[in-house]
Amino acid sequence: MFDFSVVTTWINNLLIGCMPGWAAVLVECIIIALCVLGAYTVLALFYILYERKLCAWFQCRLGPMRVGYWGLLQVFADMFKILIKELIPLKGTDKFLFKLAPYVIITSSVTMLACLPWGRGMQIINYNIGIFFILAVSSVGILGILLAGWASNNKYTLIGAMRSGAQMVSYELSLGLAIITMVVFAGTMNIEEIVWAQDGGWFIFTGHIPAIIACIIYVIAATAETNRGPFDLPEAEHELTAGYHTEYSGIHFGFFYLAEYLNLFIVSGIASLMFLGGWMPFHVNGWDGFNAVMDYIPGIVWFVAKAFFFSFVIIWFKWTFPRVRIDQMLALEWKYLMPLALANLVLMAVCTTLGWHF
Amino acid sequence: MNLLLGISNGDLAITAVLTGIGLVFAALLIARFISPRSFSVKKSEPYECGIPTRGESMLQFKVGYYLFAILFLVFDVETVFLYPWAVICRSLGPDGLLAIAVFMFILILGLAYAWRKGALKWQ
Repeated sequence: MFDFSVVTTWINNLLIGCMPGWAAVLVECIIIALCVLGAYTVLALFYILYERKLCAWFQCRLGPMRVGYWGLLQVFADMFKILIKELIPLKGTDKFLFKLAPYVIITSSVTMLACLPWGRGMQIINYNIGIFFILAVSSVGILGILLAGWASNNKYTLIGAMRSGAQMVSYELSLGLAIITMVVFAGTMNIEEIVWAQDGGWFIFTGHIPAIIACIIYVIAATAETNRGPFDLPEAEHELTAGYHTEYSGIHFGFFYLAEYLNLFIVSGIASLMFLGGWMPFHVNGWDGFNAVMDYIPGIVWFVAKAFFFSFVIIWFKWTFPRVRIDQMLALEWKYLMPLALANLVLMAVCTTLGWHF
Repeated sequence: MNLLLGISNGDLAITAVLTGIGLVFAALLIARFISPRSFSVKKSEPYECGIPTRGESMLQFKVGYYLFAILFLVFDVETVFLYPWAVICRSLGPDGLLAIAVFMFILILGLAYAWRKGALKWQ
């Protein structure tokens, strides 16, 4: 498997060779920032097309077909359109908070994106409590949504933000518990080590029944966490217009749109690294030839493919299930998912301590 | 420390945060230059059903959400205590399992209490 740290070490040595240490660090930080920005934009553009095409196919339509071959340039046209739309100044809004909200949301999603491991040695922020850091940053995003809803001086946005806040904080519990379950199994919170722990087999295969239950809980909680699918009641268009971002126009609205798609990728990415082994290729014990072929596929392809698979499942939910009511949503979390996640955690702890796993 | 380059994780996190701020700032700047600007009194009204908004919009809100926020706070702080345990669960062995069982029992007791009191019922 190709180790990307060869490239980063080479760049590092090259820079240190021709400039003082602090300047090298500065240049490296700028390169990293540009890479993150590029990944962010490409993913956002891809996800808009991905969702629109999938949505169309689920409904037996073709989706965007006119702009460019097979509608491929549609997202660029949308992006440009959103940039040239007017930013409408509104009466009675809390101007500072109104403008702060997109910064908070985008910053939290960019920081989470920088924590994901794209391949061997292709990880930017690598704390030893990596997964905990991601969860902590993801809860900052909720603040942005609450700010947006509160500052807009509109009752729709206020209700949307409150629903969103209640939903996201509730589902963060079972999301966290599902992740703790896998942390118990992996024995570490460092993302890179979690991926390395799946060298012999992905956690969903080696982790026995608790890993499968944790995966199902995680996918449901992640759907709610990204305000999507059957849990999109903060944006229920027939009752709240567009929820917390009703009052935002032009590129301001675009930021919420971007962050929503990026959060979809990030939760799928976390799912792929916790359950499907991140950038680890698929191996079957004993099939040496097959394993060698799998090793040729680069890690970044494995990671992105797994993340896209989870995104597909979450988008599939959206077009399959009808929207839930708020009491049903809260009951699902507090009365079913969270007790189940706690019981599953205990089960996993027992299995791990007593060594009952494959 | 990050293993790849000699940059500390803190610096990298700051880079990521600055990238996010820079992205929003740059996009807003571009939009300011190429988007039209006009002003009318009607346009800056809040988006409602067509009638002017009655009363204040930033008002006190349904207490049900507050209750769930409090519940979340309690459980979230308790699950934070589970993280350090989760990392060393394997090496603690059966004794650690017993100790965390007591903690989990109290956690579940709290949930059962809230459930029994009707705090989980939306009304």
